[in-house]
Amino acid sequence: MFDTALTVNDLLFLARGAGMTLLVTAIAVGLGTLMGIVFGVVRYQVGPWWGAPLTFFLDIFRSIPLLIQLVLANAFVTTVLGFRVSGFTVACGVLSLYTAAYCAEIVRGGIEAVPQTVRRAARSLGMSWGQDMTHIVLPLATRVALPSWIGLALGVMKDTSLVFVVQVVELLKSTQILITRLQEPLFLLLICGLFYFLISFPIARFGGYLEKKWLAND
Amino acid sequence: MIEIENVRKSFGSLEVLKGVSLTVPKGEVLTVIGGSGSGKSTLLTCINGLEPIDSGRILVDGVEVHAKGTDLNRLRRKIGIVFQQWNAFPHLTVLENVMLAQRKVLGRSRAEAEAEAVRQLKHVGLGDKLSVYPSRLSGGQQQRMAIARALAMSPDYMLFDEVTSALDPQLVGEVLDTLRMLAAEGMTMICVTHEMKFAREVSDRVAFFHQGVIAEIAPPEELFGAPRTPELQKFLAATV
Ligand SMILES: Nc1ncnc2c1ncn2[C@@H]1O[C@H](COP(=O)(O)OP(=O)(O)OP(=O)(O)O)[C@@H](O)[C@H]1O
Ligand SMILES: [Mg+2]
Repeated sequence: MFDTALTVNDLLFLARGAGMTLLVTAIAVGLGTLMGIVFGVVRYQVGPWWGAPLTFFLDIFRSIPLLIQLVLANAFVTTVLGFRVSGFTVACGVLSLYTAAYCAEIVRGGIEAVPQTVRRAARSLGMSWGQDMTHIVLPLATRVALPSWIGLALGVMKDTSLVFVVQVVELLKSTQILITRLQEPLFLLLICGLFYFLISFPIARFGGYLEKKWLAND
Repeated sequence: MIEIENVRKSFGSLEVLKGVSLTVPKGEVLTVIGGSGSGKSTLLTCINGLEPIDSGRILVDGVEVHAKGTDLNRLRRKIGIVFQQWNAFPHLTVLENVMLAQRKVLGRSRAEAEAEAVRQLKHVGLGDKLSVYPSRLSGGQQQRMAIARALAMSPDYMLFDEVTSALDPQLVGEVLDTLRMLAAEGMTMICVTHEMKFAREVSDRVAFFHQGVIAEIAPPEELFGAPRTPELQKFLAATV
């Protein structure tokens, strides 16, 4: 059907790119979510006034385009600080903070949605602040925050296509390399899109599954 | 014994408690009546330390609630409280609702906690709702679950804050019956309520709260039969 010069090796090359995309996404979303939960809880707990420095710090990551963050962070870490770190490390670091910045707001919103009356009931039973957080507040906040979080995770996955600027060859960069060589842009982009879909779809479905499961109880 | 000594408490410039003194001995059933906004809920949340106070002191079995070194989480184990608003943990089943604090706060094993939860839930008539989520319960059932949840901690005192006032009239009875049962079992209780008939039946004493102080306190026959202050006379006339 298709008359293509694409070889099995090229496909494997693309798959490796997809693997890199998946790896960077997993690290960034994993670390970013953990940090985001910590930042979000702190931000909620200390209130807007004391939380201002943290909010400002996180706002930096939310307002500067990721591409610029990557280039600047790379230059800063390698040239100014003189560390010998790989582009991969820089990419994961920047994307994690970027994810954390967004996630912190999602977490704070989720916590705020938990009714005070329910929390008072938990504390009245003798539960500590930490027990209330772990067993009541965070589980309930998760339900509220999940759709936004899924959106964030999928967004970060697509944003990983920018890490080529620090010499990380992920899915889109791999595709571009092949396009330059084979001159079959449409076909290659189609395959590339398919790979992205294969990565995203399970995440989106899993989110949908959880939502439905929780909805059944509410 | 709960001892409240000259407690004052303000929200901003609004002084809600203006020197409340009250002693509730073990075994007593005290009901608190009074107009809306007179500070009844505030008093209950001060007793278990959910709200700080400005002056005076509250002692529960000799432990000063608002003293610096007091371990409130430990103190709250012996003071159960049920609020006007339903506040089930919506992500847990009825059984899990009643088990959670037993396990995390009292350190009971799963089996112990479950046995106690089942016992208390049967006690309040929810033995057939164990694996149901709270959203499937009626308001009256939610309140009875909250009562079971508090009782499962084996408290020495129970505080009830208008637990029936958010309920449809036909559901009030089942919850009041549960309270009657507890009173009959000898539980020490402070019940804030608008149900005068209930107050008359179960109380050892009734306290009338008015503008941040206890304006009158007496056994029910006396308080309802021969109200002394004009405020109480007016309040009773308005509620009947
Ligand atoms: N957290 C709060 N912040 C500010 N004001 C409050 C707070 N809680 C209660 N108040 C005010 O304190 C006063 C007493 O409130 P409280 O809830 O104790 O009254 P109540 O006697 O329980 O009334 P009701 O019968 O309506 O429940 C009210 O005017 C209320 O608006
Ligand atoms: Mg009240």
